[in-house]
Amino acid sequence: MSMPTLKNDLAIMVLFTAAVLSAPLWLAPIGADYPDLLQKFAIYGIFAVGFNILFGLTGYLSFGHAAFLGVGSYTAVWSFKLLSMNVLPAVALSVLMAGVFAYLIGFISLRRSGIYFSILTLAFAQMCYNLAYSVLTPITNGETGLQLANDDARVIDTLFGISYDGLPSTTLFGLEMTGYPGFYFCAVLLILGFFLSLRIFHSPFGMKLRAIKSNQTRMVYTGYNTKPYLLTAFVISGMYAGLAGALLAVTDPLAGAERMQWTASGEVVLMTILGGAGTLIGPLLGVGIIKYFENIFSAMNVQQLTEMFAFLPDWLGKIAVTLTNPFVGEGWHLTLGLLFMLIVIFLPGGVMEGMRRIAAIPRKLKQRAVPKPTPATEEK
Amino acid sequence: MDSIFLQILNGLDKGAAYALIALGLTLVFGTLGVVNFAHGALFMLGAFCAVSLQSILTISKKVRDESITFFEAYKETPYLELWWGDTGTMIIDWAVPLSILMAIPLMLLIGLIMERGLIRHFYSRPHADQILVTFGLAIVLQELIKYYFGANPIPTPPPDIVAGSAAVGAWLGLGDNVVYPWWRLIYFLFSMLIIAAVFAFLHLTTFGMVVRAGMHDRETVGLLGINVEKRFTIVFGIAAVVAGLAGVMYAPILPPDYHMGMDFLVLSFVVVVVGGMGSLGGAVAAGFLLGILQSVASMNEVKSLLPGIDQIIIYLVAVVILLVRPRGLMGRKGVAED
Amino acid sequence: MTDQKNKPGVSRRGFIKTSGGIAAAAAMPAFFVRNAWAEESFINNPGNAKTVKLGFNVPQTGAYADEGADELRAYKLAVKHINGEGKDNGLLETMQPLSLKGNGILGKKVEYVTGDTQTKSDAARASAKRMIEKDGVVMFSGGSSSGVAIAQQSLAQDMGVVFMCGLTHSNDTTGKDKRRYGFRHFFNAYMSGAAMGPVLKERMGADRRAYHLTADYTWGWTQEESIKSTTEALGWETVEAVRTPLGAGDFSQYITPVLNSGADVLILNHYGKDMINSLTQAVQFGLRDKQVNGKTFEIVVPLYSRLMAQGAGENIAGILGSTNWNWSLQDAASRAFVKSFGAEYGFPPSQAAHTCYVQTLLYANACEMAGTFAPWEVIKSLEGFEFDGMGNGPTLYRADDHQCFKNILVVEGNANPSSQFDLLKVVQEVPREQVTYEPDNPMFAGGDLGPYKV
Repeated sequence: MSMPTLKNDLAIMVLFTAAVLSAPLWLAPIGADYPDLLQKFAIYGIFAVGFNILFGLTGYLSFGHAAFLGVGSYTAVWSFKLLSMNVLPAVALSVLMAGVFAYLIGFISLRRSGIYFSILTLAFAQMCYNLAYSVLTPITNGETGLQLANDDARVIDTLFGISYDGLPSTTLFGLEMTGYPGFYFCAVLLILGFFLSLRIFHSPFGMKLRAIKSNQTRMVYTGYNTKPYLLTAFVISGMYAGLAGALLAVTDPLAGAERMQWTASGEVVLMTILGGAGTLIGPLLGVGIIKYFENIFSAMNVQQLTEMFAFLPDWLGKIAVTLTNPFVGEGWHLTLGLLFMLIVIFLPGGVMEGMRRIAAIPRKLKQRAVPKPTPATEEK
Repeated sequence: MDSIFLQILNGLDKGAAYALIALGLTLVFGTLGVVNFAHGALFMLGAFCAVSLQSILTISKKVRDESITFFEAYKETPYLELWWGDTGTMIIDWAVPLSILMAIPLMLLIGLIMERGLIRHFYSRPHADQILVTFGLAIVLQELIKYYFGANPIPTPPPDIVAGSAAVGAWLGLGDNVVYPWWRLIYFLFSMLIIAAVFAFLHLTTFGMVVRAGMHDRETVGLLGINVEKRFTIVFGIAAVVAGLAGVMYAPILPPDYHMGMDFLVLSFVVVVVGGMGSLGGAVAAGFLLGILQSVASMNEVKSLLPGIDQIIIYLVAVVILLVRPRGLMGRKGVAED
Repeated sequence: MTDQKNKPGVSRRGFIKTSGGIAAAAAMPAFFVRNAWAEESFINNPGNAKTVKLGFNVPQTGAYADEGADELRAYKLAVKHINGEGKDNGLLETMQPLSLKGNGILGKKVEYVTGDTQTKSDAARASAKRMIEKDGVVMFSGGSSSGVAIAQQSLAQDMGVVFMCGLTHSNDTTGKDKRRYGFRHFFNAYMSGAAMGPVLKERMGADRRAYHLTADYTWGWTQEESIKSTTEALGWETVEAVRTPLGAGDFSQYITPVLNSGADVLILNHYGKDMINSLTQAVQFGLRDKQVNGKTFEIVVPLYSRLMAQGAGENIAGILGSTNWNWSLQDAASRAFVKSFGAEYGFPPSQAAHTCYVQTLLYANACEMAGTFAPWEVIKSLEGFEFDGMGNGPTLYRADDHQCFKNILVVEGNANPSSQFDLLKVVQEVPREQVTYEPDNPMFAGGDLGPYKV
């Protein structure tokens, strides 16, 4: 396998940038073009891209990445409360703080591998969650979640003589970070994050991580100390999670403990696997699917289904509504569960694998004309 | 002194529950190499065996309450009581223990179908795929239960005769305040019995020997011309039955709801891993260890020293053990480490 | 007033004249402001549209899914009644004063969108934002947990869309976390304590030793604090208050210490599944058969709901608690509501359904009173609104903290239910005066409603 050149990468980046920035346009037909969902796509996209650097490249399955998401959010909100409503210090501090946490947790957890590693990360995240929910309430405001208050200090803002009436909003030098500006801020960071991940995938460092995945023992025998590489990957992906957590707080300044629960860690695992672990775009597709279901399918009800099937004859429409109703609204979990199963059964390797297969159909047809032994698929 | 004794009882009881739930999980992992995220769902289905039998037994004659005119309110009398009088009442009262009889074949069937229909195709797939497919299955199963039984917990009381507490203190010459619910004592004995039965099955029968050999080295056993696949199917069935029975017997302690499987999923994985992947004895030992430590950590005396310790003790112990013993209490080298 | 009438100088006629004059004077600026509204913009202004959208954000998955489903039923029913499309008019028949005409709100037909809060703050806010940004709702409502209600209420303030709380019982919702754009009809932990005090004294005496098991998060703490202050005022001693992790499942390690503590009352500050589990297990430990200090051991569950009673089964018989409302009430309004709900769905509404239904009507009515959907005007008509005929007797939406003050119920689990729905028996309908507190009560201190316009 030859190293893709920077030029190839730039081509990918141009396409990717265009796709992300124009998302409000092409997501409109499926009703996903409102600011909050767009922001969530971008934010969880960052989370999953970062997670994929660890899991996709090294095969180390962390079940505790939500801890870094939560740490990022709490740091960001505290930065809004104590320093400034400007988002830049919040983002910087969150990434830094998440990095520190990731270093500590990674340093300990990476002493083990396989499922032992997974459970260690899970245990740390669950401890963070349980403590944040209860005894750490003075720092985290527990169940209610950490919020802004009128009497917050905001030292830097005060220094520059900026004051607010009522509760302030997060800003980027005066530009409010809600709605579309919020989305574009997240989108720019997603593009930067994706670019970094692309470079990592195609760097010698990325190659070493892949080598760890395929055979760590051999790596060790050839004289490599794998631990620093793993720890670096772990910290980088933890920082991505911290960035995602900070952006959650930027677009909506509230940080709750649930963000650290194992279900949140599990969600990013599912997103990554669903889309295709180890592929560049896969995790983003996984994010899109899960967040779309969570926000759009859960909101459908009989009223909307009836409108949707209005084009059918009356009796057929009624049947269609009755048949689809258990799968939307309160049944959206059921649909999601079925989707997980179908994708993994029929598309081993996630959605990206499916796309590759579709892309391969024309080639196969050509091959049928000239029979040739099929090349072995690339080792996953 | 009394309070410590009681907390140790609590710990043993919790430990028995953890061990029983983890047993099936570690069995499946050890033999089949499958990370089964649907194991919690099997536990939940077991509990709903008890719920179903109870609701079948209490199919009732409904007499309308005429004082309520806006909707149909009924006073319900189960047909069993109408037909058989006190005998009927007694049968209903014993619904939970009786549902064991129903749960064994039913859970075995569910296990076999799951293995043949789905899990089998995932033996050689990466763990990530196994996680996704079994997690999806778990969601589907629990949503189906929610669809039929609702989201609210359903009370499944134990038989009246064992509904109260045993005067354990009086038997042992401790204080009168030392009492313990009969059903929890029964649960403890029951899990000991099941655990012993599974061990005996694996160690005393030829079938078990092959399975254990398969756990160590599947390829060689296969090369010897033994049909490992078929045995694995049965092992999965057994794991499902054990999880189901754990659920049935837990129903009186924790009124079942559709989500209870997920609530126990993470915990059972922690128990299995702390015990050491692929080690049945390890899982049992870890179950008891975590149960007892959790109970002791919840004592007011301990909590006042270390606030919040009861919230994290299980995870804290897991971290410490995994750092001191790389493969958990009794794990083998090379299992689930890559 | 009566005194005034007899005073010389103010004749009846003169009084009417003056008040008429005042009314006219008050109407004049209002008329001008009304024109001004057309220019002043607010988010999701329905403008000239024929319909107006409301958002119903309830837990559809997770532990409170059944409660959420019941809330949703109530909302749908409320929409029907507001639009005048129901089988009957529900509480529109009994509500006093009533501005709604049964033709929608301000002549616009009401439509609704739904969402799933998952009983998680993040998911609830995401869902609410979808309703506001995508669907264009003018109000959203719902929920089964205080943390989620508080999170949504602060979102409401940020976005400038009114949030009518569903089921939320923490003091903080209308205390330190109150918001101008958030309103609570449901009662709170303080009221539970104030209502139950006299009943506890009558049933259990003034010399009791109480042991609290409290869910370890903000709602649990506020309830523990409220109940403690009530019982300690009765002369009870608090032996111990132990915090239990949310969703502990097995509570045995917290129950056994009760046996040896010398306490003779156990107070369970748990809700939902936690309460079902802890009560079931406490009964199995034989607590209710115990004699301590020469008295029968008692268990109290300060916040009750029908679903919890269903889940705990026979264990609830005779256990005291409080609720916001119960379908067995016999006043005209409660009967009217139970009748419409029962006719529509075939079973009686829960207290969650009741509060959500009432909240929707109150919001619609306030818009009608204000003559606009502009949130600050709607808020002003809700603030200080006195009404009756909604099932809780005369009720005040207090302007200082957006909390409703009304009668609440002390109930006990029914030992001999006459039907499958007859789970709770009303012990006492506690009058509003007894549960009213001053806005500066220390348990509610530290909050700030915030501005009308955001």
